[in-house]
Amino acid sequence: MNQTDQNEADGRRRDIAYEKDVVRKNRRQNRGIGWNGKTLREQLAELEDKTEATDRYAGISELSLKAEDPIRYEQLYSRLRADLVSARETSKEVSATPIVEQEGELCYGLFTPEGDSIAVSTGIIVHIHTMSEAIKFMINHDYEESPKIEPGDIFVNNDPHVGDVHPCDLMTLIPIFHEGELVAWAGGVNHVIDTGAVAPGSMSVSQASRFGDGAYYTARKIGEDLELYNSWKKEYPAKTRTPSFLKLDERTRITGCLMIRNSVKGMISRIGVETFKQLSREAIEDSRRGFRSRIQKTMLPGTYRGASFVDALYEGQGNVTRDYADENHIMHAPSELHIRSDGSFQVSFEGANKWGWHPYNCTPAAIQGGIWVMLTQTVLPNELVNDGAYYACDFHLPVGSWANTQNTETAHAYAWHFLVSAWAPLWQHLSRGYYARGFWEEINAGNANTSNWLQGGGIDQFDKLHAVNSFEAACEGVGARYVEDGEPHAAAIWNPEGDMGDIEAWERVEPLPFLGRTVKPNTGGAGRRAGGAGFESMRTVKDVSRWLLYEMGNGYMSSDGGLFGGYPAASGYILNAQDTDLEERFENGEDYPQSDLDPESGDFESKIDGEVTRRPEGISTPKEFDDYDMYLNYLRGGSGLGDPMEREPEKVVEDIHDGYVLPRHAKDAYAVVVEKVDDEAKHNSAVQGEWELDEAATERLRQERMRERAENAQPVSEWCEEQRDRIRSGKDLIDDVKKTYESSMRMSEPFSEFFRDFWDLSEDFSFELSEQAQRSLNNRFDTGCRPMWDNHTRRHKTWLDVEDEPYVPYTWTSRSIQDLPDPASTFAGGRSGYSDP
Amino acid sequence: MPESYPREIIEDLVDDNLEWSELHNMMSDFKDADRFKKVRDVLQDRVDWDDPIVIPYADHLYVVAKSEDRWVIKCDCGHEFCEHDENWKHDALINVRDTEQEYLEIYPEDMHPHPDYMELREYFCPGCKTLLEVTNVMPGYPIIHEFEPDIETFYGDWIDEPIPTPDTQSA
Repeated sequence: MNQTDQNEADGRRRDIAYEKDVVRKNRRQNRGIGWNGKTLREQLAELEDKTEATDRYAGISELSLKAEDPIRYEQLYSRLRADLVSARETSKEVSATPIVEQEGELCYGLFTPEGDSIAVSTGIIVHIHTMSEAIKFMINHDYEESPKIEPGDIFVNNDPHVGDVHPCDLMTLIPIFHEGELVAWAGGVNHVIDTGAVAPGSMSVSQASRFGDGAYYTARKIGEDLELYNSWKKEYPAKTRTPSFLKLDERTRITGCLMIRNSVKGMISRIGVETFKQLSREAIEDSRRGFRSRIQKTMLPGTYRGASFVDALYEGQGNVTRDYADENHIMHAPSELHIRSDGSFQVSFEGANKWGWHPYNCTPAAIQGGIWVMLTQTVLPNELVNDGAYYACDFHLPVGSWANTQNTETAHAYAWHFLVSAWAPLWQHLSRGYYARGFWEEINAGNANTSNWLQGGGIDQFDKLHAVNSFEAACEGVGARYVEDGEPHAAAIWNPEGDMGDIEAWERVEPLPFLGRTVKPNTGGAGRRAGGAGFESMRTVKDVSRWLLYEMGNGYMSSDGGLFGGYPAASGYILNAQDTDLEERFENGEDYPQSDLDPESGDFESKIDGEVTRRPEGISTPKEFDDYDMYLNYLRGGSGLGDPMEREPEKVVEDIHDGYVLPRHAKDAYAVVVEKVDDEAKHNSAVQGEWELDEAATERLRQERMRERAENAQPVSEWCEEQRDRIRSGKDLIDDVKKTYESSMRMSEPFSEFFRDFWDLSEDFSFELSEQAQRSLNNRFDTGCRPMWDNHTRRHKTWLDVEDEPYVPYTWTSRSIQDLPDPASTFAGGRSGYSDP
Repeated sequence: MPESYPREIIEDLVDDNLEWSELHNMMSDFKDADRFKKVRDVLQDRVDWDDPIVIPYADHLYVVAKSEDRWVIKCDCGHEFCEHDENWKHDALINVRDTEQEYLEIYPEDMHPHPDYMELREYFCPGCKTLLEVTNVMPGYPIIHEFEPDIETFYGDWIDEPIPTPDTQSA
């Protein structure tokens, strides 16, 4: 350590020793670490009381700091925000995983003593709210008494039931004190490579319960005086297959948190602690008001509805940890948004089906964090992003559903599979509002199902136990905008700064050389505006032993829908080759597959001999791979917008040359006639050949298609009659679909009534299920609740059906807007009549 | 940051004539307070019928005023669907893609939903046959009514303007 760093470290130690001394003296006088001698729990309760009584965060009526000197207010807030971004940019260089260093799967937040985020860095900001819950968990479970919260302490959490999306996101939390009072928390989180789950990788897919998810560290103190305990240093490295990477990840997070601590201490010394406290509170209330105001300025009041689905198929796959988990799952996410006169924003998942024996279940912290990150990127496109937006929204997450299991037995390793899929309709709710208000530049059809996840592990090229978790999935096609096509291979919704990462960086840490990386045609949904294309990487395996790989993503279902006549993005599939002749092909200088641009072409199979597996599913449990085996990593596209027949024909020709659309689909999907005029021409894509538009033939074909539409389509009323018979007989619906409906109907009486009313079914209608499906449902419905929190916060009213959960109207029946009651959200309830945003 | 864009810019937005840099600036800027009215007025000029547009409802669809208190959903081709708070899809034409062959017209093999698990419902305007919405749902799912605008609250509480009526339009 150089002298400057040494001096800084010494200064920090002296400061910690001094602060600790003050805190301990206070404690002897029965003074807590909260403000004015309150305990932290008292302080949180008081904040909740004031917030609920006034419908304003912490009861703040005037943003006095902002009103008195708006420029200074903005400067101070920008300083905090800039220091958080700086902490992220600097500390990510400490990490050795491309997940953090290349993809930026890291973020920081600054929190009030009560755990509300004040400011956030860039990166995976979903965790700003999950860290918030983790802090509140510590407060409400009396951590101040034991294990005590003192200056210099370091805490860790990755428990989704406390505050996380899934356990591979490890968070570090450091309290910041001033003169014996807790003034803030610094928190950092990053996605680690391996959590010690039943399968190698960060998001194992084959476990039935959380006991296969890997290590859970439930809001634990792991150090004091800014030093990690030896017990911790010995414990967690042994619980992962990648200890060196996790150690560096932890140093990354601690580095960033210390930078944030320095920033806060510096600001307090410049502006005084009272101004800092005021800034903390006002920034949250400012953001809450900003959210409400933005809703009123850009949305239309009313009710928005949608539903999304995603598949998780396990039937017949080996390697699931329990026989009773050998079944198929479908996630059903009905999504209902109420925007009220006062700008209140209430999201309900009433009708969601039961959780399952799979690792895609969600906790409320995950759902709320996930929706929060989406809203803050769309509704609040500025840097004033914090828990104010969370306070401006209500969520209804049915207890016992996949969205809120309230059961510590459920697995959560890849909660994102359901979470990303479930918020697909939310994009469309907002887009419909933007359309009606004329803000067409903001309209977005949706996003990609953020997969495939290439994961696995074994003995690597350095003869060490290792695990891999390719984060190329941080780069997917984006849904089409109203005003432009979706961005191809751009980002993932959970990481706006995501990237595919350099091939060389991945190859340094994964024994999986790249054979090719190309844009993947027809992955983006068709439309007047096309969904952004995904891409694919062809990987092989080299110098490994007992090496496992598996796939994770959607296969039988598209989770994101198109908008205004656009089509959903393509779904996934699996392509592997084993026992190949790749080595011989290398030695002989022969062709080998570098892509799978068109799965129907036979091109892949023509360039490799071996055991080729093509499956239309998205998920596989771990399979053993040897040297020169092959694995396709296919990253999805975004959904389309608008009638594809309205796409300019010239653009479709460009799509072909850019590798976004296969030539045969120009005709099928877009009614555009093209002719190949050159076999040899190269473009800036994997496409070889030149195509020209036949304008006259295109015009004729489009006219013909319009006639076909008229001939082939039928009135909806007619179709509904046919469908009603289909539902009643249940004959051509498969067991997996019927099981999903039954699950939702058992979960939700309102959904059940809606479903029966819609199809005019008898009051006692139910689907006839196979014995296995019935057993599976009974098994899960009989399991009951095993909640994690003993002492909930006021904002948890929707977490566990506590008695005063705000009324959430169910309005899936038609013409229900007249029946909407007065605003009854948890925050801006009608009690005070406050409606000024 | 414009408080209000000139009408020509909004016309270009509606007519799809803005450059990417202009759109990008529009996304980054604070939102202009009179956008709704400007877009509504430009759209009114673009349609071939006289019913006053109350709100743009979805691409090609509008809620229009038929009287002081009756609003219907109407396509820009002139086809009228239903009352503004009913589901226009019930008055549409439908084609359902629920076979492998139908999926292969849009997606390559293995890259489309499995017909047993998901179907694509294509809803067309009975008038102009434009594809207005595609929904991807499990077979047997009820028809989703995506949007019920609260027009009275919007005009009365949010923008404080009278709701257009045929009378105000002709005046």
